[in-house]
Amino acid sequence: MNIKADFPSLVEEIDYGTPQSKAQKQVTLNVDGRSITVPEGTSIMRAAMEGGVEIPKLCATDMLDSFGSCRVCLVEIEGRGGTPASCTTPVGEGMIVRTQTERLDAIRRGVMELYVSDHPTGWNEKAGTGASEFDAVAKSIGLTENRYGIEGRNHVKPEGGVAPGHGSLAVDYIARDESNPYFTYDASQCIVCSRCVRACEEVQGTFALTIEGRGFESRVSAGMHEAFIDSECVSCGACVQACPTDALREKAVLAKGLPERSAVTTCAYCGVGCSFKAEVKGDEVIRMMPYKEGKANHGHSCVKGRFAYGYATHKDRILSPMIREKVTDPWREVSWEEAIAHTAKEFRRIQYQYGRTAIGGITSSRCTNEETYLVQKMVRQGFRNNNVDTCARVCHSPTGYGLGQTYGTSAGTQDFDSVDYTDVAVIIGANPASAHPVFASRLKKRLRQGAKLVVLDPRRTEMVKSAHIEADYHLPLKPGTNVAVLTALAHVIVTEGLFNEAFIRERCDWTEFQDWASFVALPENSPETVGKLSGVDPELIRGAARLYATGGNGAIYYGLGVTEHSQGSTTVMAIANLAMATGNIGRPGVGVNPLRGQNNVQGSCDMGSFPHELPGYRHISGEAVRDIYESLWGVKLDDEPGLRIPNMLDAAVDGSFKGIYIQGEDILQSDPDTKHVAAGLAAMECVVVHDLFLNETANYAHVFLPGSTFLEKDGTFTNAERRINMVRKVLEPKARYADWEATQELARAIGLDWNYQHPSQIMDEIAMTTPSFAGVSFELLDRVGSVQWPCNEKAPLGTPIMHIDGFVRGKGKFIRTEYVATDERTGPRFPLLLTTGRILSQYNVGAQTRRTDNSMWHSEDRLEIHPHDAENRGLRDGDWVRLTSRSGETTLRALITDRVSPGVVYTTFHHPDTQANVITTDFSDWATNCPEYKVTAVQVGASNGPSEWQRDYDEQARNSRRIAKLEAAE
Amino acid sequence: MTMQPASTEITSRTAAIIHELKGLEGPLLPILHGIQEEFGHVPKDALPVIAEALNISRAEVHGVVSFYHDYRSHPAGRHVLKLCQAESCQSMGSDAIAAKLQQLLGIGLHETTRDGSVTLEPVYCLGLCACSPAAMLDGQVIGRLDDEKLDEIVAEVRS
Repeated sequence: MNIKADFPSLVEEIDYGTPQSKAQKQVTLNVDGRSITVPEGTSIMRAAMEGGVEIPKLCATDMLDSFGSCRVCLVEIEGRGGTPASCTTPVGEGMIVRTQTERLDAIRRGVMELYVSDHPTGWNEKAGTGASEFDAVAKSIGLTENRYGIEGRNHVKPEGGVAPGHGSLAVDYIARDESNPYFTYDASQCIVCSRCVRACEEVQGTFALTIEGRGFESRVSAGMHEAFIDSECVSCGACVQACPTDALREKAVLAKGLPERSAVTTCAYCGVGCSFKAEVKGDEVIRMMPYKEGKANHGHSCVKGRFAYGYATHKDRILSPMIREKVTDPWREVSWEEAIAHTAKEFRRIQYQYGRTAIGGITSSRCTNEETYLVQKMVRQGFRNNNVDTCARVCHSPTGYGLGQTYGTSAGTQDFDSVDYTDVAVIIGANPASAHPVFASRLKKRLRQGAKLVVLDPRRTEMVKSAHIEADYHLPLKPGTNVAVLTALAHVIVTEGLFNEAFIRERCDWTEFQDWASFVALPENSPETVGKLSGVDPELIRGAARLYATGGNGAIYYGLGVTEHSQGSTTVMAIANLAMATGNIGRPGVGVNPLRGQNNVQGSCDMGSFPHELPGYRHISGEAVRDIYESLWGVKLDDEPGLRIPNMLDAAVDGSFKGIYIQGEDILQSDPDTKHVAAGLAAMECVVVHDLFLNETANYAHVFLPGSTFLEKDGTFTNAERRINMVRKVLEPKARYADWEATQELARAIGLDWNYQHPSQIMDEIAMTTPSFAGVSFELLDRVGSVQWPCNEKAPLGTPIMHIDGFVRGKGKFIRTEYVATDERTGPRFPLLLTTGRILSQYNVGAQTRRTDNSMWHSEDRLEIHPHDAENRGLRDGDWVRLTSRSGETTLRALITDRVSPGVVYTTFHHPDTQANVITTDFSDWATNCPEYKVTAVQVGASNGPSEWQRDYDEQARNSRRIAKLEAAE
Repeated sequence: MTMQPASTEITSRTAAIIHELKGLEGPLLPILHGIQEEFGHVPKDALPVIAEALNISRAEVHGVVSFYHDYRSHPAGRHVLKLCQAESCQSMGSDAIAAKLQQLLGIGLHETTRDGSVTLEPVYCLGLCACSPAAMLDGQVIGRLDDEKLDEIVAEVRS
């Protein structure tokens, strides 16, 4: 296939120069003879562009507020003196504007001549791309001469050829900053327009850049005149995107040249689901540019989506299918045909020998909706059982259950734009600054506008305090006490009469509310009692509850710190109760918003990945639902739910479960109690791993099928706001098949009559069988960009905000949330509580990000420990420590910090050598089996190196990854 | 070279100044003045402490400190001599005055004599244009500079 025919050129976006005005009132003006009508408050620059008249500009871009420093965008306005800047001058009714006159030409040329006199353009051709906005403006105003010469004091490098200033005056030159792995900063090309500084402040909210000095010495500085890598910079790329010259430029573009074609696609990292233009040259991605039309990110990005795509071409990628008899054998590379035939034969044999339910499959939250749908379809139609589960089991399954019970849908209630209307944000068990950075930037922007913030987290995260952000209330609760603290918040709301009676009477069941209210009002749920067991000052609980209930639009955002507990589902219900009790549901600015960890965790749940549910969260026991699929697929479906991942592993250890197809998930590294997972996998006879890399699970695999990256396939991802975004192929699959094609080959080999030519046909089948997706098609998504489900005849363009006129389930349901302490308790042997999380530059088990330069920021997992606990144990910062729990032990290096409270330790789980899940227990959520990652009783002590398990594991992993070299011909 | 305080000492003395002035509206400039008064300059190690306390970024503090020439990054000499180099003084011969002073003191602009007795700085307008060329020695303005006054100044800073 010739992809060039599909994407003939670069997707170009119009830069209107200043942000859109949200005013209702319209104003009509005349620009260069054209009549243009725009909302009041629009700048002349933007109005002109909307009317098709482009005014030259350098310091203006529509991602940023106007600034008025470059003096290139000047215009003349009839009846006004002078030449005002069009970016800072708002339109007026009847205004007559001229953008091109002799006077304006002369001024613009004079300004550009001054810029050029201190700029390498035209002197050192290698300085930049020659295709920057600056170059374009110089060209458009027809700059032919430079009266000021290039001999004066300047910032240009004094070597090679006739440099401006002949070297002697070029004292202001500073060397290019190459410290960031992804972009360079070359001060000699900088025109000090401040776009980068403003992007870092207004868009990203990090404030890592400034203009240092004044006058001719003014320069962009990262931190306190530091190298970018050492500064506060988080490498989100907003400054690079904003730079109108080549002063800040992607290294890939400088090294490989400008991209030739691009397609709009969706990031494959977290659940924010940012839209990007994947820009390609030849068969290589040159850069990922955030797409302004993207409804989740509005043109912003983070270090992962923007830069960390190098894993797609990493040498570790396996491009050939492989098989082996025993996991102790080296791998043997085989053809796709052989691998597929072998797998089908093995699965058939196992089912014949051990029974129909002896095999199953795991769908991936990293793959597309279409791919996920096919895996569960293959299990139900082909394996003829319901043994399908997904990695959402270990993250957000309690969200599905809790919100399903209380509201009637297993998803968040809002879109991300809702945050612009929030007055009080409550973040529970989430650190969006690290795990959902683009959303964090949007939230921070709202907080800088004056919204209030409550954070419930054992750690003092970046959201609690960072530049220009400070939580009004931080409740540093002990891990495992979420339910108690949330119920205490409800106690305050009920006993102080802060609930919204009108809302509750109209939308919820009043009797259920009364029952719940009498429960939360019990003295054992008071902040004073809960304070003792959670370690939170009762006054903080009271203050936070009052703020949420009375502070205007209250929105709750939560993450895995809520779900990954033995009472995960209860916590989700407690959150749902709070929102209902305060009437914070069903309009912009409020709601209950789970922050999804992975790009398509929402979608994989939607697509029927759970053993008890068909697509659209319809229980497998429902006859009407089974009928739909039985008649379409031509088989009888099992009406009993199948096995969940932990049950599959238990059954494997017991000997009744023998084969598994795992698409894009590394259960050995990401699931709890690594030793148990390893034992389960080791007991199986055919483990098929379908992945980009030989991941940790593949150490126990018999068949390896090479996967495809998101750049190599078409499809859709569904983000945390239920938004179905397009994924578009920009490269051919490196290993021949996109993942959906590989699954289809396997399904055919086990006898299914599948014949999908394109993922759009799979989406058509999903739409045909699933009411909440009824209106979705690739054609619609191409036309409107994205939609949020439900999308059907009632909501043809999707549903940004749910439960507007009433709850999906009818009446909102209040459920009692009794606090039951986890069985995982501290004691003399294990006196500390371990909780886990993420860091900005790394993603999940790190399979992708560890294979990029992102490791420059985080090359190992560290154990955060409070100075008090460290001192008691004689530990210094950077020491190797042994971390022991009832399940196992591992070693890592300590990081001493008061971000964590005494008694609490914290680590990330991005690196396989850390083996953090050797430590975690097999306790899990009572309703959904979601593992209790966030609470483990541990002991920490000095150590001098890796644990025995880590050494054994390393040895086993090394052995297992061997690929047999083909014998050389004699 | 002048001895600079150790960074832990800078941190604690800076924290005390911040504590005193943090409540003011727009506290950054008063805090920086306080620090310059305390240390004779604004030590780089003080910047992150200020950033943390005011909940702004290191970059922002650096941007402000580097914008104002009056905030020094290194300690000044015992005397500070500011020589006006703005338009009025230039037209009245401040260039020649500057050259002469540099020769007499043996240092350039922005420099401090080796014995630490005096720092020479250019300044852009002391508001004393009617008495150009003008200078300011340790906060005291001196107008109508001539050779005689320069000798007096040099004698004073050397004493």
